[in-house]
Amino acid sequence: MRTRALYAGLLAAAGIVAAPQAAAQDAVKEIEKYREALQDGNPAELWEARGEDLWKRPAGPRKVSLEKCDLGLGPGVVKGAYAQLPRYFADADRVMDLETRLVHCRMTLQGLTREEATKQPFGAGTDRKSDNDALVAYVTAESKGVKMNVPLAHPKEKEMYALGEKMFYFRGGPYDFSCATCHAADNTRIRLQDLPNLTKPAGAQLAYTGWPAYRVSQGELRTFQWRLNDCFRQQRFPELAFTSDASIALTSFLARNANGAEFKAPTIKR
Amino acid sequence: MADPMRIRANVDASGVTEVKVLMNHEMETGQRKDASGKTIPAWFIQNVTATHGGRTVLSAQWGPAVSKNPFLSFKFKGAQKGDKVQVTWVDNRGDKRTDEATIA
Repeated sequence: MRTRALYAGLLAAAGIVAAPQAAAQDAVKEIEKYREALQDGNPAELWEARGEDLWKRPAGPRKVSLEKCDLGLGPGVVKGAYAQLPRYFADADRVMDLETRLVHCRMTLQGLTREEATKQPFGAGTDRKSDNDALVAYVTAESKGVKMNVPLAHPKEKEMYALGEKMFYFRGGPYDFSCATCHAADNTRIRLQDLPNLTKPAGAQLAYTGWPAYRVSQGELRTFQWRLNDCFRQQRFPELAFTSDASIALTSFLARNANGAEFKAPTIKR
Repeated sequence: MADPMRIRANVDASGVTEVKVLMNHEMETGQRKDASGKTIPAWFIQNVTATHGGRTVLSAQWGPAVSKNPFLSFKFKGAQKGDKVQVTWVDNRGDKRTDEATIA
């Protein structure tokens, strides 16, 4: 149906023919090649362009742009801001990730209600585009090539990190799953997808710096809030509320563990 | 109104211009059904043309097999640095979008 998806299917099929052990290795390499081939012409750029426009265009009841929004490095500083999030914001007295902060700015600067600022957190096709997705694409792209440097100094940041760590190992739901069930061992995979070991720096760095990403199979740019939301769905946990403390805590834990790595997103994934 | 395309164009030392275009389009095949079981009508780009100084350098007919948010890359000769290249698409609803890029 979709040429890109079809290409992935062919590559996957090619991997299955070889011996099992070698097949896994080859498939991983082939998927890498597929990602590389797609990186040039990543449709995430379309979201970045729309996000930049949304960032700079006056909107909301107060008719102001988001250019005065403080993402942690001072009002209006976008470059490199994402590499230092989540962090504590004194004006809100809360640790915030990027998406929570964007909602905050749209409410306090532009005068939107919480409902308006969170009404379409994740995009679903042309009719239901998400401003959040676009803004996240723009802001994160401005941190491309910047080293992750998430602070852990303020007591509330430490509190969030500790909570996130606890949640990562917390088993629950009908399958008695935790994040660690799938993400705490080396060299594991689901079907042909590698599962990063998020308890080690290398795994956390690889995983965290690759989000947000354009998902070819969904035709959408997916943010880190979406990623966690979908992890919860896969674990059959209760739905992770958008910009909830639970989502920020897990993000804090994973982002901090990725410190020192170069931020690479928005990337493209199958 | 459709969202803008992203176009990059670079000319190399041998005079070949490489153009890379990202288009913003749903590219609905007409084969899928929505949650209520109703067919989602086909909606895709049908014609793509690229022009350089009034000369058509690429003309293509597309169908529903092309991916969502398509990426198109092609090369042509005869352009100089600073020239403009225009890309236009027309979809099966008659929607149209034209964008322009300066060759670097």
